[in-house]
Amino acid sequence: MDSDSPSLINPALVRRQRAGAWRRVLPWLAPGLFLGLFFFYPLGSILWLGLHSALLGGIVASVFLPTVQVFLFTVYQALLSTLLTLALGLPSAFLFARYAFRGKSFLRLLTAIPFMLPTVVVAAGFNALLGGRGWINLGAMNLFHLTTPPITFVGTLGAILLAHVFYNTTIVIRLVGNALSHLDPRLEQAARTLGADSRRVFWNVTLPLLRVPILAASLLVFLFDFTSFGVILLLGGPHFSTLEVAIYEQATQLLNLPLAALLSFVQLCCTLVFSILYSRLVTRRGVSSTPRPADTKGRPARTWRERFFVGGIVVLLFLMFVLPLVSLPLRSVTRLEADRGQHTAVQYGLTGAYYLDLFQNPSETIFYVPPFAAIGNSLLYATVTVVLSLLLGFPAASALARPTRLERVLDPFFLLPLGASAVTLGLGFIITFNRPPLLLVTSPVLVPLAHTLVALPFVIRILQPALASIPDRLRQAAASLGAPAFRVWLTVDWPIVRRATLSAAVFAFTISLGEFGASSLVVRPEYPTLPIAIARFLSQPGASNYGQAMAMATILMAVCAAGIVLIERLRLPGAGEF
Amino acid sequence: MKRIFFPVLLAALFLASCAGQGPTTLTVMTHDSFAASQPVISAFENANHVKLVFLKSGDAGAALNKAILTKNAPLADVFYGVDNTFLSRALDAGIFESYDSPLLAQIPAEFKLDPENRELPVDYGDVCINYDKAYFSTNDLPVPATLEDLAKPEYKGMLVDENPASSSTGLTFLLATIVHFGPNGFLAYWKSLAANGLVVVDGWETAYYTNFSGSSGHGPQPLVVSYASSPAAEVVGPIQASSESPIGSVLGPDTCFRQIEFVGVLKGTTHLALARKFVDFMLSQQFQEDMPLQMYVYPVNPQAKLPEAFVMFAQIPTQPARMSPAEIAVNRDQWIAEWTQTVLH
Repeated sequence: MDSDSPSLINPALVRRQRAGAWRRVLPWLAPGLFLGLFFFYPLGSILWLGLHSALLGGIVASVFLPTVQVFLFTVYQALLSTLLTLALGLPSAFLFARYAFRGKSFLRLLTAIPFMLPTVVVAAGFNALLGGRGWINLGAMNLFHLTTPPITFVGTLGAILLAHVFYNTTIVIRLVGNALSHLDPRLEQAARTLGADSRRVFWNVTLPLLRVPILAASLLVFLFDFTSFGVILLLGGPHFSTLEVAIYEQATQLLNLPLAALLSFVQLCCTLVFSILYSRLVTRRGVSSTPRPADTKGRPARTWRERFFVGGIVVLLFLMFVLPLVSLPLRSVTRLEADRGQHTAVQYGLTGAYYLDLFQNPSETIFYVPPFAAIGNSLLYATVTVVLSLLLGFPAASALARPTRLERVLDPFFLLPLGASAVTLGLGFIITFNRPPLLLVTSPVLVPLAHTLVALPFVIRILQPALASIPDRLRQAAASLGAPAFRVWLTVDWPIVRRATLSAAVFAFTISLGEFGASSLVVRPEYPTLPIAIARFLSQPGASNYGQAMAMATILMAVCAAGIVLIERLRLPGAGEF
Repeated sequence: MKRIFFPVLLAALFLASCAGQGPTTLTVMTHDSFAASQPVISAFENANHVKLVFLKSGDAGAALNKAILTKNAPLADVFYGVDNTFLSRALDAGIFESYDSPLLAQIPAEFKLDPENRELPVDYGDVCINYDKAYFSTNDLPVPATLEDLAKPEYKGMLVDENPASSSTGLTFLLATIVHFGPNGFLAYWKSLAANGLVVVDGWETAYYTNFSGSSGHGPQPLVVSYASSPAAEVVGPIQASSESPIGSVLGPDTCFRQIEFVGVLKGTTHLALARKFVDFMLSQQFQEDMPLQMYVYPVNPQAKLPEAFVMFAQIPTQPARMSPAEIAVNRDQWIAEWTQTVLH
């Protein structure tokens, strides 16, 4: 059904192709409208405003060199981070897709949690572990009688890279693991029968089959690292700067909108170039195979080598994820009683006071956030985001699954929201949606809309390969047996894409739950989310505020974990039918 | 089927967003740190039959930027939160209406920086260096008293500061050093600070909670660029005569820089009379007495009584550094660039 192939001139065929053209445009209508109205329109307006005065006023040549330096570092750290993320993510994806071991679902859940944690909280976690007064340094100092901490973590490139891997490994695990569990095992079995050893099967059969999901995951990880902001500021420190950091400084501290717009434009163009490169790589068709419903169980490791692999990766993931994450809940129930001044022996005491404090508003502030209200707001926004991004993502992904020239042109544009600077987009919203009928900046509606912008590229990227893997002959067979269109979809498409849909839903959910940048750009404080409540506590001095921030962060982790478990356990129709 | 859903959902969301708007609402645009207590806000609402809506629009710089960008279709009637470092910028943008509030008579002249009263002073605070009391007493080290002290070898590696390019606290401290050492001398001072192991982080949260040893993070540095009011926030438990704050402020000449925050009526408001009433209210004793514990700032109205925690633990520097908003506006970008060159490269 490749409509790009040259056809004989046949009137019936031409007519069908014309109808086909309309049918091709149709799926793009809703997502295209959404992106146009809520992304390109505000972003275009602000860039126009800024670039206009940048060109009129003339951007000074003196900003050129620092900008080039910032740009080079941005690309450099993003490339390194992506490679490291793949290095951990790919073996982990294999681990989760192929093997069964104790604590598997827990570990899998754990790897997804960082994705939605606010940077402030992650930085606090890493600091408690690796900072100058973190457990590891204190332990080493006691053990080897050192006077200075042996490990410098904060303010190094290593901290930036580690944090990026911590955040984004879940993207590789989900995207590649998802594809892996759908692979037809007969291909690998055939290769084995033909005498290939397991290494050869992996390099010549499995890996080529995973080319598209690996590329997709790499691109998403790269774009996230490319536009990194909080990690650079909080863990990298002021010696490092990415484009996004420079844009933020120009836009909010120096009030230099023209330069901010220019930098945003550069960042956006880069994103487009990367996305186009990716589309080019992906549209070279790979081998298509008969899909099968996901085999989620896996098998236990049998050989000594397999056990070594499973054990090694599990330990690595444990070190990488459990240690920094555990420090948060721990911190939320510890009171550091100051034997102040004695800097090697801080006394710890257990307390539940910070959680109780959350429910009180001693200063009677009008912006007090009852914890359950924050949880409720966060969940509401997340639910709307999941529904909206699936509704918009499905038609787009279905169209992308059978790409024509139209899809190849449109595809990169749907990735652009990942490369847009949150600050710039926020200013764009302010100047475009500030009067009726689109008076959105004062409305909480903007929050899930902004979250959907970020979630949509993920949803599309996850659904597309699953939808592409469905052979048309299955649908034709069902249709020829008399099934109506919806029935075909329910019995053929749905069982195959069910797992991908859940995966997409989990991503949309976690993105919405953890999103801070877009939420803080909506200016009504009555409907705060959990990350905003955390930021509010952290912006004020005092032990109680800090403790409450950690308690809120722990609640956020719990809500996120519960949400993921719930979505993955959803008993959707068609689950076991294939 | 899916495609019909979307417009319907959107329409529903629109309706939901419109439903909340009553006939008389007064909108106040402000920064994220704004806070006030419910009884005080209700008092104004009940007295004037009005609903107050607060639009929090990011940090002080971001909020001002948004107000300037929307000046042709203002989102609010009143804007609170321009400080003296941004004042010139705000006034030049021409977004505020003059208002000679009768309450200005009660406010000392030192706070009134705009002769045309487009921006009226509401509160002030001092960016100061906080120190960890226990660290200096257990190590038998005198607390540094001047800016010059900080560059001495006995305080090597003890000060954590914020990057002025990303933090208003850091910028304010930079201004204090420029006042003290002059525009030609401050870079040499910062060079000596950098050589003395100065630690620079992105913002106040990191500096105070992660690096500072006197607060919850128990970090490595016993000196932090923070606020003169911070010691009041670190007192644990109910305040008694025996209560003590674990941290203090260095109150030497020019070690602190005075920040004053302003309120103004936005041009284009359709509720001019109400907006002015709210400005009056912010300058009145009731609101002024509410502010200290809500935002850790001092009232500009001398009639307002300070809360106990402030009287006991927050200190007011006698010689804070000051600089005219016009001078800040002209030089800000260049000073930050020079500082970055000297300290970070």
